[in-house]
Amino acid sequence: MVKSILFVGVGGQGIILASKILTEGLLKFGYDVKMSEVHGMAQRGGSVTTQVRFGDKVYSPLIGEGEADVVVSFEKVEAARWINYLKKDGKLIVNDYEIFSLPVLIGKENYPTNIEEELEKSGVNFKLFNAAKIAEEIGNIKTQNMVILGALVKSLGLENLDWEGVIKEVLPEKLVDINTKAFKYGLSI
Amino acid sequence: MKKIMSGNEAIARGAWEAGCTFAAAYPGTPSTEILENMAQYKEIYSEWSPNEKVAVEVACGASIAGARALCAMKHVGLNVAADPLFTIAYEGANGGLVIVSADDPGMHSSQNEQDNRLYAPHAKVAMIEPSDSQECKEYIKYAFEISEKYDTPVLFRITTRIAHSKGVVELSERQEVGFKEYEKNVAKYVMIPGHARVKHVEVEERLKRLKELSNNTPLNRIEWGDKRIGIVTSGVSYQYAKEVFGDNASYLKIGFSYPLPDDLIRKFAAEVEKLYVIEENEPYLENYIKAMGISCIGKDIIPICGELNPDIIKTAFFGKQEKDKYKLNVAVPSRPPVLCPGCPHRGIFYAVSKYKDIVATGDIGCYTLGMMPPLNVTDTVICMGAGISAAIGFEKVYKMANRKGKIFGFVGDSTFFHSGITGLIDAVYNQSPIVAVILDNSITAMTGHQENPGTGKTLMGEITQVVDIYSIVKAVGVKEENIRVVDPYDLKATEEAVRDAYNATEPFVIITKQPCALIKEVQKKRAGKYLVINQDKCVKCKACLRTGCPAISIRDGKVVIDKNMCNACSVCQQVCKFDAIEKGGNF
Ligand SMILES: Cc1ncc(C[n+]2csc(CCOP(=O)(O)OP(=O)(O)O)c2C)c(N)n1
Ligand code: SF4
Ligand code: SF4
Repeated sequence: MVKSILFVGVGGQGIILASKILTEGLLKFGYDVKMSEVHGMAQRGGSVTTQVRFGDKVYSPLIGEGEADVVVSFEKVEAARWINYLKKDGKLIVNDYEIFSLPVLIGKENYPTNIEEELEKSGVNFKLFNAAKIAEEIGNIKTQNMVILGALVKSLGLENLDWEGVIKEVLPEKLVDINTKAFKYGLSI
Repeated sequence: MKKIMSGNEAIARGAWEAGCTFAAAYPGTPSTEILENMAQYKEIYSEWSPNEKVAVEVACGASIAGARALCAMKHVGLNVAADPLFTIAYEGANGGLVIVSADDPGMHSSQNEQDNRLYAPHAKVAMIEPSDSQECKEYIKYAFEISEKYDTPVLFRITTRIAHSKGVVELSERQEVGFKEYEKNVAKYVMIPGHARVKHVEVEERLKRLKELSNNTPLNRIEWGDKRIGIVTSGVSYQYAKEVFGDNASYLKIGFSYPLPDDLIRKFAAEVEKLYVIEENEPYLENYIKAMGISCIGKDIIPICGELNPDIIKTAFFGKQEKDKYKLNVAVPSRPPVLCPGCPHRGIFYAVSKYKDIVATGDIGCYTLGMMPPLNVTDTVICMGAGISAAIGFEKVYKMANRKGKIFGFVGDSTFFHSGITGLIDAVYNQSPIVAVILDNSITAMTGHQENPGTGKTLMGEITQVVDIYSIVKAVGVKEENIRVVDPYDLKATEEAVRDAYNATEPFVIITKQPCALIKEVQKKRAGKYLVINQDKCVKCKACLRTGCPAISIRDGKVVIDKNMCNACSVCQQVCKFDAIEKGGNF
């Protein structure tokens, strides 16, 4: 059995770090793992994706449309952009956080207001929460990626593994406490 | 020990394990992290060269001197380095010489989709193609061995999905190989026609021996499964094919892809019912197999354009299947890349955007985004260096055709060192009154912030001499009165420089000097600083929005600055005629 997780968001939101911690953990816990990132142009405020697949044996690092077990969206409208990758009865995790793209900023296009309503209507199994706000309350908005990672680990049913140990291995010491705190909060969502 | 590694990290690790002591490259997505990782190993001398041609020549010198040497580049970089490649193919290697070409099917961040496998038969060098991170590491070691044993440079061809996908890699120890002796041997290393004629014959002989190897190497292997479908494939396409067919097909997996293994191909083709070739972009394997007189199906069903994935293969074999997936009734706005808040490139593009009869030949880097609305400045982007040289052609034709207009050519600092200097020499030599704008942000930003000859630091983190752009511009013959060095955050000075340049009748250069806003030191210096819009003074003229800074937006009918994004570059403040933009945060 191979599970596929698609991370989507906007350059600079800490997606790559979150998927790195996830893959390091999955390796440690005995899975074969592949992960694919897109670099380059996309990082200048463009839409960013990371794909993680794990199981006994993984061939393709890519996830097809309608094949992601979980789509993790770090930004609200990105969830709508990538929803076609979610498997029917897969899970969607959405950060209730809006980042306006330039066409929206300068008034050429509009940021949609009906995302949540449409998700409900289409019967998507989703969790919507403001990770940025939670992270700010914890003490650093940059840890929003760890809040989201926590929620993802929970929905994968992998919360009993030693993720704190993985966080310790991957992050520099001075960042471990606050990120662990954010991660644990995410587990409770 | 097992580790999760990207293909690029695994290549660096493999080179280190192989005893490599020398590495050179010019950055380029998706190859950049290879050298960034090489530099982590203290046994290896690693450098950023000013361009790919220099990188290959430096590595070639190191190989002849006796080191195991590696160089890496993105696919278009190999065009720049093609000249040395074709002759090194004759000279061969002393210490192993491996040239990594990272192609970009799908053009995630490239200007074309060329398939560099075609270089191997053209240059007559051996080629190896890994299909995941573990193979990246193992095959690189093999490449060094082959290079020395067969006296050939080896082209190591990867693609974006190999370079930037991570997988599990089993690590081994480094094997010290030291340096081979160098003995003067002009017949081998001085390619005058008389020597080259002899060498060409030897190269053809070498290819025969390499073909023998190709038939027997473990890098080319058959995996028997259901024999009704036989698939010849290489690189990441192998993973996609396995994902789709699993054991329901047989595979000829090609890891050593030039010369190709005729015997193995024949044997495989004879035993399967139907032969398919699954490969990205060009029909490299397919054409070869067909030329052998073996019929196979490839590009009839697999597209040439774009990146492959398992879905495309499924559609090719089984027809389009409607997938069960969600669709929302949401109008999703586009999210194109933009210049960062406080980007130093913004000021000069803003100043130039005021002139409607300026043609801007652009180039490749973050400043390519000068083409985007609301700036809309750039007219052309071709390849690195063309920002200046294409301007010259434009200018000459504009003059001959009696057209009104001024030609501005844009290049970044790294691009100027890479291949902008020669264009500027042409402008001076052939007296072309273009304006060359050199955007010096003290870094190679687009590819993820690498040092370059103008930054005063090497890849290995050592402090070094700064190669001064102004001195080069002067030295190639641009008159001092025709050079302006401006701070692009100072809009008035920038506008004055653009005006002077616009009116100039001789080659003119504007150097904008201000470091990239994402450099750590800059971020530290400006942390906590931001501007705010005083709503009592703002008349909503939206002039500040026309700078295209993503920190400024209209929210609930008000023009506002996002304090988390703003870095107080003050460009918007200078644009505002109503003094509505004020300092906030801890200035
Ligand atoms: C021949 C070639 N090599 C490498 C690249 C990859 N590449 C694109 S832009 C760029 C560097 C741009 O740096 P600079 O000119 O300083 O502009 P900046 O991004 O800093 O604004 C590189 C290396 C390329 N497109 N072509
Ligand atoms: S990375 Fe630097 S040069 Fe590139 S857009 Fe951002 S601020 Fe500008
Ligand atoms: S000062 Fe103005 S232009 Fe500069 S980053 Fe802030 S909002 Fe953008």
